[in-house]
Amino acid sequence: MATIDETKAVEGSGDTPPKYKVIGTRPIRHDGADKVTGRALYGADIKVKGMIYGAVLRSPHAHANIISIDTSKAEALPGVRAVATSADLPEPGDKIAELGEGSVVLNHLSSNNLARTKVLYKGHAVAAVAADNLHLAQEAANLIEVKYEVLPPVMDVLKAMEDSAPVLNPDVRTEEASTGEKGDKPTNIAKHIVFEKGDLEKGFAEAEHIVEREFRTSTVHQGYIEPHVATALWNNDGQITIWTPTQGTFSVRQQVAELLFVPLARVKVVPAEIGGGFGGKISVYLAPAAAVLSRKSGAPVQIVMDRTDVLQATGPTPGSAIKIKMGVDAEGRITAAEAWMAYEAGGYPGSPIGAGAMCVFSCYDIPNGRVEGYDVCVNKPRTNAYRAPGATNAAFATETVVDELCEKLGMAPVDFRLLNASKEGTRRIDGVTYPRVGLIETLEAIKASDHFKTPLTGKNQGRGIGSGFWFNAGLKSAVTATVNTDGSVSLLEGSTDIGGSRTAIAMQFAETLGLAAEDIKPYVVDTDSVGYTDVTGGSRVTYATGWAAYEAAKDLQRQVVARAAELWDVDPALVSYEDGHVVGPDKSVCFKEIAMELSTTGEPLVGSGVSNHNEPGGAFGTHLIDVDVDPDTGKVDILRYTAAQDCGTAIHPAYVEGQIQGGAVQGIGWGLNEEYWYDEEGSMRNANFLDYRIPTCYDLPMIDAIIVEVPNPGHPYGVRGVGEVPIVPPPAALEAAIYDAVGVRMYELPMSPPRVLHELLKKES
Amino acid sequence: MPRLFIPPLLRPNCEGKEEVVVEGATVLEAVQSLDQQYSGVMDHLCPEGKLRAGMSVTVDQNVTPRGLAQKVAPESEIHFLPAIGGG
Repeated sequence: MATIDETKAVEGSGDTPPKYKVIGTRPIRHDGADKVTGRALYGADIKVKGMIYGAVLRSPHAHANIISIDTSKAEALPGVRAVATSADLPEPGDKIAELGEGSVVLNHLSSNNLARTKVLYKGHAVAAVAADNLHLAQEAANLIEVKYEVLPPVMDVLKAMEDSAPVLNPDVRTEEASTGEKGDKPTNIAKHIVFEKGDLEKGFAEAEHIVEREFRTSTVHQGYIEPHVATALWNNDGQITIWTPTQGTFSVRQQVAELLFVPLARVKVVPAEIGGGFGGKISVYLAPAAAVLSRKSGAPVQIVMDRTDVLQATGPTPGSAIKIKMGVDAEGRITAAEAWMAYEAGGYPGSPIGAGAMCVFSCYDIPNGRVEGYDVCVNKPRTNAYRAPGATNAAFATETVVDELCEKLGMAPVDFRLLNASKEGTRRIDGVTYPRVGLIETLEAIKASDHFKTPLTGKNQGRGIGSGFWFNAGLKSAVTATVNTDGSVSLLEGSTDIGGSRTAIAMQFAETLGLAAEDIKPYVVDTDSVGYTDVTGGSRVTYATGWAAYEAAKDLQRQVVARAAELWDVDPALVSYEDGHVVGPDKSVCFKEIAMELSTTGEPLVGSGVSNHNEPGGAFGTHLIDVDVDPDTGKVDILRYTAAQDCGTAIHPAYVEGQIQGGAVQGIGWGLNEEYWYDEEGSMRNANFLDYRIPTCYDLPMIDAIIVEVPNPGHPYGVRGVGEVPIVPPPAALEAAIYDAVGVRMYELPMSPPRVLHELLKKES
Repeated sequence: MPRLFIPPLLRPNCEGKEEVVVEGATVLEAVQSLDQQYSGVMDHLCPEGKLRAGMSVTVDQNVTPRGLAQKVAPESEIHFLPAIGGG
């Protein structure tokens, strides 16, 4: 692993003392012992006294009208305590809920939890049962009789856009994103987006070379190891408690309150440890049904999905169809670029087409451009966020066209990117300019790497490069810091911890107060125990909740200084907080000592901090991949992998490396193997981890992570989000490497052995 | 004075301009200023003075959590873009 710290470079030399004492170190994670010993409590580990078990009846059809639901036989089964259908959920009408990171049409969310009049994908929840044990619940669920009118499914995004396609949602009209105007007839095209910059025609007229290609990407899943779980207790006093592994307790609270028409304050959400989310554990799937079953049965109810449920009914990220046209002049400067993009939304509107359209050319300074995007409903699960939602599909298409242009120009791909790279002041096609960003630094880091300088030697080996971008987010966070009598601090936070954020937040708090990371005890607490905090998503937590922790530490500094001045009977103006010490006119006392002294001389020390900042700094990454392609089977083996990423200040470098490696691995899976296999009836045929193939350690080399630190000027410690960018470049870099190895272009994901072999045989013939 | 960038599909309503110089100390005032120059545009960008669901406002490079209430400076750029969520 390597770290390039622009701050240190600016400061001049290795003799410069480290800027920080805690930030940049690698303390052991606070939750590590519980997790490696199996004591951490994940969703299914939660047990509540008197708890009973739920099961969900799911649709066997991809598209059908629900004619009737007869639950009588299930209700008559001994041991069954309650049955729920959509009739138990209030009708939300056309209300739209703002959930912090986006809005949702409540009628769609409600119907996705328990289908009302139609099922829109195989696995769509239709009814739920609670019983004394799981086996009884499952047996009862199978006794529910549902009469369907089966309709033809539409599984392909382009077919779904045709006028003759079966329409999934009668209430959906095409909305022009920028004007709000809506079409006058039901359609599967829920949204249309257009961005334009400059003069496209003039730009292409100036081009020496133009490449135009069409791409397809498959539906893929976030692939978190832990399935969805919700445990709910609707108490006799009207209070609802939900225990669940989620990326956003406050989001779950709002979704449950909105869907059940209960006051927000009556819902408390308690976070369990979370076994992966990647964007897929923000929407609720089970909690509302579990709560209804609890109300009807009087007992706490737990529902756990199995893997098939997870794959058939949650996530995924959209399949897509993309066309890219790009022109360059003789020197290799991009003169114009155009994109047409259609993303699958799944059963209900809401694909990440907006982000995809904003990311598709985000790595390049393009004077003339046009992007057109469509959000399209198909009979698949309602899509949800997945690491840099929408950006990976887009980057695969753009970067492949860039690679082809480099070949036409006879120009090294890294030099092409350096020539055209986005930088501070570059205006994207959507109009926004970049603040200080570090794409060029990631390209230079790759160019300087040992990997780049080491030539390939084997037959059928190739090398590819790709870059990617993600916006990152700010949003709202809150923390509370309680100083203990021994000078340690309990830090309560609302950001559920998917990637080591407890420690990264605690480190920023410790740095500010001059303490060690081990002096801080971070806890992720329930929605009644800390201030409102938006979801753990958008690569925002280390930035935003870290900033809230910084503010809480500053709050404590102020309190300690004031109390010390009072204790020492000196003018408060003569007391300051410096480097972990309270400094008065004639004494200097470290935080722990003063905390112990103050604990016996006055009120408790409790600090709080909030943040709602919006300068998260965009983040870029560049990946370099060597592959070996078996010409007989089409199998692609990765020989070497290096990922450079602008991470701002790396608070805990090991976690940053982990995020880069994890994102790269998921991008490799997306690029080489992962895809939903549907038959003609819209039934997923590989809904398990044997047949839905995510990469394992046997498929991967070490992912070498180069941390490029271009501090974000919009954060006290220069933090940028790191979690999402690394999934963006891998498919594109793999495509370039495959072409370099065996001379075939791949325009469809995944680039699985059959597809690569098909192209190889086509080339031979 | 702030510059409000016009989404492509609204440009026909604004004489084809990509951006328009507006007055105002907040995003809402800027849109009201735009509406005075090109009547009816406000109904598209923020009907009834509210940001439409699924839209966000970017001021000076950053999506603002304050929406139409966000203050703008004389040199500010204002963009109306699709709201996006991360993973």
